[in-house]
Amino acid sequence: MSATIFVHEFRARLKSVIIWSASLTALVIFLFSIYPSFSEEAALIQQMMSRFPPALLEAFGMNKLDLSSLLGFFGFLFVFVQLCLAIQAGNYGFGLVSIEESELTADFLLSKPVSRTQALASKLLAALSSLLLTELVIWADTYITIGLFGGGREYSASTLILILVSMTILQLFFLSVGLVISLLVRRVRNVTPYSLGLGFGTYVLAAFSGILGEAKLEYITPFKHLDPSYIIKNGAYDTPLALINGAVTLIALGVSYWRYIRRDIPAVS
Amino acid sequence: MSVIEVTNLTKYYGKSRGIVDVSFSEEEGEIFGFIGPNGAGKSTTIRLLLSLIHPTSGSAKVFGKDVTTHGPVIRRDIGYLPSEVFYYEGMKVIDLLKYSASFYGKNCTERMHELSEYMELELNRRISDLSYGNKKKVGIVQGLLHSPKLLFLDEPTSGLDPLMQRKFFDLIREENKRGVTVFFSSHILGEVQRLCTRVGIIREGKIVEISDIRSLQKNNYKKVSVTAEGLDQKAFDLPGVTNIQSENGTVHFFFKGNINAMLKKITSQKVADVTIEEPTLEEIFMHYYE
Repeated sequence: MSATIFVHEFRARLKSVIIWSASLTALVIFLFSIYPSFSEEAALIQQMMSRFPPALLEAFGMNKLDLSSLLGFFGFLFVFVQLCLAIQAGNYGFGLVSIEESELTADFLLSKPVSRTQALASKLLAALSSLLLTELVIWADTYITIGLFGGGREYSASTLILILVSMTILQLFFLSVGLVISLLVRRVRNVTPYSLGLGFGTYVLAAFSGILGEAKLEYITPFKHLDPSYIIKNGAYDTPLALINGAVTLIALGVSYWRYIRRDIPAVS
Repeated sequence: MSVIEVTNLTKYYGKSRGIVDVSFSEEEGEIFGFIGPNGAGKSTTIRLLLSLIHPTSGSAKVFGKDVTTHGPVIRRDIGYLPSEVFYYEGMKVIDLLKYSASFYGKNCTERMHELSEYMELELNRRISDLSYGNKKKVGIVQGLLHSPKLLFLDEPTSGLDPLMQRKFFDLIREENKRGVTVFFSSHILGEVQRLCTRVGIIREGKIVEISDIRSLQKNNYKKVSVTAEGLDQKAFDLPGVTNIQSENGTVHFFFKGNINAMLKKITSQKVADVTIEEPTLEEIFMHYYE
């Protein structure tokens, strides 16, 4: 671990963290501000929902959630927060070593007296800190927003904590999977298409697994591993799926490390 | 003591050749010139020694330690100026230099300012606003600010104006006087001739010659021009004569062999003018590449 790399990397991402945090804060406030009208007109909403095609409700996980309850409504909007968090973490993961390599600054960094292990560990910790900072903002934002628009309704505090903690697990997943893909493909020149592809791709898979009722798809999409509607219904994580998620993260990190220390740093020729 | 010791080092990038079976060593305090055309494997060799890339086979030691296992320790005392300089575009020069210095765990501020002033580098500009020559100056300061014991210079003068080149050479000579070992890669022979004590010539990934720069010039052929009346170039048809050309009554050729035999040949002519000189490194070099 090198403090000097950590500080450099953390600073480089600070602007991005501020933009993501601000956008997500706005998203949560904006979507949750509709909740009061939902809760007051609960019967009307249920009636309206019953006219929607069931496939659509499945795709957004709305059939499992009671949108008139506070956590039910939060769970509905949280899916969008998850999608954004996945893209942010994917961005950092795909870019962790590839940006440095495509901009050819890796020669500068790795000709310094640091080992590959130190460089990778410092970069990972810096990215993780950036993600945790974003999540911290969302934690605060969530409690403030519920206080403002929740109308004093009862909800399970422990379930909300479980939902919010799942942000970290989800982002770790996308950070490490992004990193391992960037180290397995030949060369990543632009990070955004990769992270959008990974984020939306797995999100669409989660939606499809809802529509098709296909249980097998649940295994491969992280959004199902940490499905907020499951957490709200059961007050707990879906343990086998959460374990799969954690295992994939660990394997991705292991393979990344193994690839990175053996890697030839590309140069212009 | 050998600062660099390279043994049968080979590097393939997939199927394409980097370097093949390269062996050489460099003693402490030497300025070793590494000459070869583009793509010969100069940068590959340096990048292997810095463990930025891993060898396919063979081994290399720097400061007596294996580069693949002791990279971080070795790099503490290495300064590296790459042939193409790339730095974090959004950073200011001063921040980049501070970042660079922060890796060495010692105070480099004074040396950093000294070097920047000497190289006329403006510290408050953004890297993205710098011209190529100015980026190269950042590279020079960044490579020297921690007072390394071994310097890798990979085509260091490209992008520098002649005045700056001279300042840079003076700087390198000064460092060398303080005991710094220099590994100098270049395809410009003039500068190698000016600076280096020993040279290695690399061609298509293989070392073709390692030699003291003086003996390379001395034990090589001589460059002879003879001007005489009614001169026929056939008169110099001796073994050891190459590249013979005649022009306006003057015959030019290269000669390697017994100089007395050659002198006898020349005195048998009605000589108006004669020069016998050592070839420039350039000419020796061309000879290796023909």
